[in-house]
Amino acid sequence: MASAGSHETYYVPEQTKLPIYASIGLILTVFGLGSVLNNIKASEGTTFSTLIAIAGFLLLAFILFQWFSIVIRENHAGMNSDQLKRSYVWGMAWFIFSEVMFFAAFFGALFYVRNFAVPWLGGEGGKGATGEFLWPEFQAVWPLIENPSNAVFTPPHEAMDVKEWTPGFFAAYLPFWNTLILLTSSVTVHFAHTALKAENRRGLIQWLSVTVALGVLFLVFQVIEYTEAYGHYGLTLDSGIYGSTFFLLTGFHGFHVTLGTFILSVMLARSIKGHFKPDDHFGFEAASWYWHFVDVVWVGLFFFVYLL
Amino acid sequence: MSAAHDDHHHGPAKGLSRWFYTTNHKDIGSLYLWFSFAMFLLGGTFAMVIRAELFQPGLQLVEPSFFNQMTTMHGLIMVFGAVMPAFVGLANWLIPMMIGAPDMALPRLNNWSFWLLPFAFLMLTSTLFMDAGAPNFGWTFYAPLSTTYAPETVTFFIFAVHIMGASSIMGSINIIATILNMRAPGMTLMKMPLFVWTWLITAYLLIAVMPVLAGVVTMMLFDVHFGTSFFSAAGGGDPILFQHVFWFFGHPEVYIMILPGFGIVSAIIPTFARKRLFGYDSMVYATASIAFLSFIVWAHHMFTVGMPIAGELFFMYATMLIAVPTGVKVFNWVATMFRGSMTFETPMLFAIAFVVLFTMGGFTGLMLAITPADFQYHDTYFVVAHFHYVLVPGSIFSIMAAAYYWLPKWTGHMYDERLGKLHFWMSFIGVNVLFFPQHFLGLAGMPRRVPDYALQFADFNWISSIGGFLFGASQLILLVVVIKCIKGGKKATAQVWEGAQGLEWTLESPAPYHTFTTPPDPKLIHDQ
Repeated sequence: MASAGSHETYYVPEQTKLPIYASIGLILTVFGLGSVLNNIKASEGTTFSTLIAIAGFLLLAFILFQWFSIVIRENHAGMNSDQLKRSYVWGMAWFIFSEVMFFAAFFGALFYVRNFAVPWLGGEGGKGATGEFLWPEFQAVWPLIENPSNAVFTPPHEAMDVKEWTPGFFAAYLPFWNTLILLTSSVTVHFAHTALKAENRRGLIQWLSVTVALGVLFLVFQVIEYTEAYGHYGLTLDSGIYGSTFFLLTGFHGFHVTLGTFILSVMLARSIKGHFKPDDHFGFEAASWYWHFVDVVWVGLFFFVYLL
Repeated sequence: MSAAHDDHHHGPAKGLSRWFYTTNHKDIGSLYLWFSFAMFLLGGTFAMVIRAELFQPGLQLVEPSFFNQMTTMHGLIMVFGAVMPAFVGLANWLIPMMIGAPDMALPRLNNWSFWLLPFAFLMLTSTLFMDAGAPNFGWTFYAPLSTTYAPETVTFFIFAVHIMGASSIMGSINIIATILNMRAPGMTLMKMPLFVWTWLITAYLLIAVMPVLAGVVTMMLFDVHFGTSFFSAAGGGDPILFQHVFWFFGHPEVYIMILPGFGIVSAIIPTFARKRLFGYDSMVYATASIAFLSFIVWAHHMFTVGMPIAGELFFMYATMLIAVPTGVKVFNWVATMFRGSMTFETPMLFAIAFVVLFTMGGFTGLMLAITPADFQYHDTYFVVAHFHYVLVPGSIFSIMAAAYYWLPKWTGHMYDERLGKLHFWMSFIGVNVLFFPQHFLGLAGMPRRVPDYALQFADFNWISSIGGFLFGASQLILLVVVIKCIKGGKKATAQVWEGAQGLEWTLESPAPYHTFTTPPDPKLIHDQ
């Protein structure tokens, strides 16, 4: 066992059943989900497809749980050399880069729509003929309260933008509070990290709990915001390109916050169990990187979706 | 836990479970290569259907809608099922051996990257048997063909693409972590074989653009099922937005399918010219430049959509710039052969054909880069000829060259040289008869993706189809060669090729199940 932890040997795990079952779980999930969507579109029953999707997802979740458990057990058994730990560091860093590029696609779409597609539809510039021929009445105003064709896409009556630049407005502006919440949570997760490195387990648990609570609070606010949008603003997924970009950008971000909060709660549970050591806690570090990344994306969202 | 440790010393597990549960980079490399070969034959079968229908003018064999399904599935399967997995398979087999690493950095993740693929393609090809038929909107799946007017199987297509993307991202993360973290002491970056360098850059490209592909298919999913209007002008979106996001993925993607091929050819030509590679450093920098440029040329695929003139000019000049680093590479390969003591074994034949025919595909690419000329060429068979020249005698020839070159190291036997040469010459003749006339068809105005055509195109289509059948049939020779080589043949030495350099040739043939569990002697690592 001693040599497995030394720097000379890189631990290559023996055969594993995990990945192929994870693949089966994932494919059942998406096949079920795809069938549900197609069933709904064709007005058919969705019971069977839903069951497939749920079964697949449970299998996937179970396997991933096993997978992470094994990795943690191996680390505790001292099988991971410093070199192997560096592989995890590289892996997480590049995974976050791939996430950045996923959001870049949606930010890019927003940029294109606001700077090119909508102005052209409004008749602006050399390509403005598009608008003149298709919908001459349409005025290019962002956020879109009138769609090029209101008959095809029912427009919202109100948008989520900043109505007036006064302290009074911002005091009741949920996105503003959500920005403060996420920025604060980035700081608190850092405090948790500092406490962890100082071998202060109580501090770690306290700060991490605060971070998780802030994540949950953010999500609660987002649910309120969405309810408001659907219930009072008529702002929905199908209310034109403003709603499309708004909900996909904030929605995928919200999904990542959900995932991040879940990961941090797992880290909280592991902290309580005493899994982490001041010099060996990459699981925690990876979770905090992910959290900082989610935070940075939100700052981008706050500027480009809400403020500008 | 001691079993895990002892694992380093014994061989593969017995029975079928070996292939399902393996964490060994060589096993996973073989899985990828066999999967890729199967997909190559499947996608090739679809191509045979296409060429059979186009053999004569008029509608003979298939319905136009099925023809569209064939062109779509042929493209998707060849790109995502044949070419990309073949390169990942080669990376799995070779990178750890080339840099002196015991395995890939994340072996379990490696198994997952592979096993996602068969399921994704099972779901994709199963759409052929569904009532609505398979996706029929072309492998570039432009909106609104792929949204408003798509068959309902588009949903499964979207999820299949998501899973292939996940597989590629995980595979690439693994490759980058392996290259950056697992090199043997003494293997500095500028001593790495070019195949490793080109894969490092390819993996970076993959991680950068596969999420963008996931993003664009996600927008499609929401347009189809949730009423969003990303690609619908009535709601303020734009179908052209689809093309921008797609090609932001798509252009780096075409380099993803050629850069590892550059690495392979850069390994083979020096071996059979018995000279060092000319201009190693410039090869590395040229590869990096091509990767950078690949991000700023995407709109040359869409010159005819009505972009502002400044955009047309920018994308034209940026595209032409790519000819510079590519020219550097071609020059270096030719300079490597110059006054070398050359012999022409099968891998070398494929490598030389690669240099010549890929360059030709590159030149037609330059023609297509000229915006005003592209107005004429756009969506014609000229484009089909262009990208098939870079992909078939380009990417695929490089993969075949690699297969012949490293087969003795993998199997421990020499392949049948006579059959190999037969395979090469039939492929070489077949590919040119198949694709060269398509240039003329395109210049004369035959559009791509049509099941029927005007009578004046009949002769060249007839020739092209004959070439297609010849090329298709010759690939069965490769199957025979590989099976024969696995079953037996002349024993291969460790060195295999007289002029070969690199760590993999210091290992016995076949390479042991576990290699470099302790790092190799730094003296074995040479300057490039």
